[in-house]
Amino acid sequence: MRPHRRNHIASNPKCSANVPRVLIVDDEVSILRFLRSALDTGEFSLHLAENGHDALVAATAFRPDLILLDLGLTDFDGVEVIRKVREWSQVPIIVISVRDADDDKVAALDAGADDYLIKPFSVAELQARIRVSLRRSSHQASEPLFSSGGLEVDLSHRLVVVRGKEVQLTPTEYDLLRLLVNHAGKVLTHDQILRGIWGATFAEHQNVLRVNISNLRQKIEEDASRPKHIVTELGVGYRLKSE
Amino acid sequence: MRTYEESRPSPDAFLKVAQAEENEKKQAKLKIFLGYAAGVGKTYAMLEAARQRMSDGRDVVAACVESHGSNDTDSLLEGLDIIPKASIDSMGVLFSEMDLDAVLARRPQIAVVDELAHGNAPGSRHGKRWQDVEELLTAGIDVYTTVNIQHFESMNDVVAQVTGVVVTETVPDRLLDLAVEIRLVDIPPEDLLQRLQEGKIYIPVNEALAAEQLFKPGNLMALRELSMRRAAARVDYQMRAYMESRSIQGPWPVAEKLLVCVSGSPYSERLIRTTRRLADEMKATWHTVYIETPGAGRHASENRERVWRDLRLAESLGAQVATLTSTSVAEALIGYAVKNNVTKIVVGKPTKPRWREFLSQPLVDRIIRLSGSIDVQVVSISEEQKRSTKGVSQPVSSTLWPGYLKSLILVLATSLVCEPAHRYLAPTNLVMIYLLAVVYAATRLGRRPAVLTAILSVVAFDFFFVPPRFTFAASDPEYLITFGALFTVGVVISTLVSQSRERAEAIREREVQTASLYHLSRDLAVASDLPGILDAMVRNIEESLGAQIAVFLPEGERLELNRANSELTLDMKELAVADWAFEKSSPAGRGTDTLVSAALLYLPIATSGDVLGILGVRLGSESDYASPLTRRLLQAFVTQAALAVERVHLGKQAEQAQVLQARDSLERALLNSISHDLRTPLVSITGALGALRDKSRVYDADAWEELLDGAFEEAGRLNRFVGNLLDMTRLESGALKLKQVPCDVEDVFGCALAALEPQLGEREIEVRVPIGLDLVKMDMVLMTQVVINLLDNALKYTPLNSGIKLAAGLADHMLNLVISDRGPGIPENDLKRVFDKFYRLPVPEGAGGTGLGLSICKGIVEAHGGSIRAENRGGLQIVVALPLT
Repeated sequence: MRPHRRNHIASNPKCSANVPRVLIVDDEVSILRFLRSALDTGEFSLHLAENGHDALVAATAFRPDLILLDLGLTDFDGVEVIRKVREWSQVPIIVISVRDADDDKVAALDAGADDYLIKPFSVAELQARIRVSLRRSSHQASEPLFSSGGLEVDLSHRLVVVRGKEVQLTPTEYDLLRLLVNHAGKVLTHDQILRGIWGATFAEHQNVLRVNISNLRQKIEEDASRPKHIVTELGVGYRLKSE
Repeated sequence: MRTYEESRPSPDAFLKVAQAEENEKKQAKLKIFLGYAAGVGKTYAMLEAARQRMSDGRDVVAACVESHGSNDTDSLLEGLDIIPKASIDSMGVLFSEMDLDAVLARRPQIAVVDELAHGNAPGSRHGKRWQDVEELLTAGIDVYTTVNIQHFESMNDVVAQVTGVVVTETVPDRLLDLAVEIRLVDIPPEDLLQRLQEGKIYIPVNEALAAEQLFKPGNLMALRELSMRRAAARVDYQMRAYMESRSIQGPWPVAEKLLVCVSGSPYSERLIRTTRRLADEMKATWHTVYIETPGAGRHASENRERVWRDLRLAESLGAQVATLTSTSVAEALIGYAVKNNVTKIVVGKPTKPRWREFLSQPLVDRIIRLSGSIDVQVVSISEEQKRSTKGVSQPVSSTLWPGYLKSLILVLATSLVCEPAHRYLAPTNLVMIYLLAVVYAATRLGRRPAVLTAILSVVAFDFFFVPPRFTFAASDPEYLITFGALFTVGVVISTLVSQSRERAEAIREREVQTASLYHLSRDLAVASDLPGILDAMVRNIEESLGAQIAVFLPEGERLELNRANSELTLDMKELAVADWAFEKSSPAGRGTDTLVSAALLYLPIATSGDVLGILGVRLGSESDYASPLTRRLLQAFVTQAALAVERVHLGKQAEQAQVLQARDSLERALLNSISHDLRTPLVSITGALGALRDKSRVYDADAWEELLDGAFEEAGRLNRFVGNLLDMTRLESGALKLKQVPCDVEDVFGCALAALEPQLGEREIEVRVPIGLDLVKMDMVLMTQVVINLLDNALKYTPLNSGIKLAAGLADHMLNLVISDRGPGIPENDLKRVFDKFYRLPVPEGAGGTGLGLSICKGIVEAHGGSIRAENRGGLQIVVALPLT
């Protein structure tokens, strides 16, 4: 068994300056081990931290391109870590959480995290999320064109085409879709959507959101009861799936 | 009847000895210093004994000792711990009595109490000092006390007979029997008289007259003999018990059983005491019976008082007491005697005048006739000094005058009616009309007015209609027969009618009481909690007895007033009485011996075990408090209520026990399930991974895939199981907090389907949600879990290619979610049970789940205030109904 190495600047010899740097923060040794094995493919340059304090130090020293943060840290509240990092950096943060801690996930996302994973997760899921988050950050300028699985959105022309046919949306529905497109692949909390479109966070407005999502689905989904594009993230918000 | 007693000691004998032994161990000891007159030296002897105990090291206090200025006594008191007397104010006069509470608080080993027969001042806790002594004994304090022989109940009348002095302060004989030792203090009468002359004997002022009588030499000798005999009898009894328990044959007389009947006459008391003495002499047990006859109506209340007192006296003297109801006294008496193997019936000599014997056979004769093989002993009851009877004798005159007047008017009216008829009817027929009037009078006016009517009818008939008219003479001597017959028939009719009326009245009364008891038990049967029971009890008692009720229940340590009739005012004194009754589990207050000055009668609500509360009763009239009928009824009510309360308690306990048991079995099932369901997936996972790590074996690609797929699937299953367990735990612990937000039902279905995407395979899934269905308030995450669990079930238990339908709809202000499959369904019996924890159906292929899924659904749905049910409709259909808030 390989001895566990802590706080390495680089943990594989294949590192080079162009490979994205990923900081993994988890106080469970077994999970750290798994994550490192899963991601040690040469695609990334990895750094491991076992607690919040080390994480913050590493964030400044290692300057990662992505942070994988476990919300269940014992010494530091995960949300605190996010807030501190967000004070000086917009680095994408993916949080790892458990099934029933919806409030924690929402708090993390509202504090600035970009996405989340629920334990236990598959490596495929992990890699997909990482890819999306890295893409978002590297392409800061929003793309005017979005295409995924039969849905095409042209933001510059306010054009929405579903399986070849143009679809008419109400202004609110369009705003909603545009917001989702701008964050394609990433989860948006109810609050974030409400603030983005209606500028309010009152609980009553949740109705409005759900109704609009429902209507949108009716228009763009093949089967509104089995949505493929606008996916509900249970207890958190919504996500527009992108290929 | 002579019976032969075998060598083996009888169970009764053992019981006697065992009881005596137990009493010795359990209760404190009472030592009585018995004398035959004041001044024999009882107090002196008692104090001597007490000092000796003190020097032995025992804790002795003088609870109540009067030295009355005697130097000898004073010197003996020195060194003893003296408990000061309590001052009791009664109607402006200060009395000093033994401070019972102080002695109880002091808890000595031995308390010295003088004058056992002393009567306490009103306002004391007990009416008599011997009751105080009993309380001390019950509290575990030994007592030394003094008493004169004439104070004992059974001696009372003999002493009165011998000396002419009636002693009013009496002590029940059972205290004599209770005493563990009786020390006879005796000096020759001559010495006593000498002492009296020397002024060494203290006689209180109010007894001076009696003392004069008592201190005659003849009387003193008689008293002395009485006391010696009594003490000797006591020794004899102990010796007999000892011999019996060891089955030593001895010359003792046969076991007789005596029976005496009380009738409510003033002589019954005498009879009772005589019977007690006879029983003592014969070493027999004895019974006292009161037979209630319907015709006793007239002298009812004063009779009842007397009967009650006589029965209590008999009981205190050691008799077994019973009350019977019958139309014939003699028959009932004999019946009871036969049933209880009585050997001798004691009756008094007849006292009614001879002529009455013509009308009805005297009771004695009837008893003798029916007695068969039972002996009948007839004792003489001489005239004794009149005792003032408690109880108001009815002023006969005032209530009956209107009746007499009415009968006069009736007769006159009848005469007026007969006047016109006189021309057409023979006079003898007019008699019939008068008879009608007598019958009317008997039914409406009562016995005496009816008799008067009979007399007046004869007179009127003679005067108005018998020639020569308007005179009291009769022309034809045959009319005398008519007069005689009219009178006789009239009297007989009045007697019969009034008797039957009284009988009917008594039966009606009895029926009313029975009905009220029935109503009470019926109400109690349906009462399911304490307030309900108390309501039923209070209502029924107040209605049937016309009383006012207060109920006291224990709250923690103390007794608190639970409810009271608005007309009652209960002050601290009343509460104290209730407290006492509660502590001692014995009736107190009005109509009892203890704390008689209270406004209410307090009865403990108790079964054989603990006291559950106190019932305070204020009855309509004074005499009701002592009436045996009322007391019996009250006791019956209270016992019923106590049983009902006990039933409720026991029911609660049983419920708790059931809950505990259910929890136990759940825990066991949980452990079983966990150990099984956690391990099973691990088998595949570790097995597969282990196999793949094994370098010594080579697997081909298909085998690899299969092992890996299997392990992956099992891992998923393990994950789901852990999730189920967590859900279950949260549900059970009540930590489930619903986050109810308006949800889109289609979204719920969509999320559930998405979560089970891999397992859906090729199945046809139909989702039917009405367009424009409003958002419904529910916890989105939890309801999605419900649909996931239901879907999971459907997927597990139906063929791989069969379809599943998810539908939603509104009906009756409820949102219905229906998940239906085309599988085999569930057996009818199990449709309800599937929602139980750990309930699993036997599955053909081991696709079995944890057994928790459906019960989690039920828990979540019910937390929303909804319901879930399973039906067989072409497969299994589960309907979840949620209320629309």
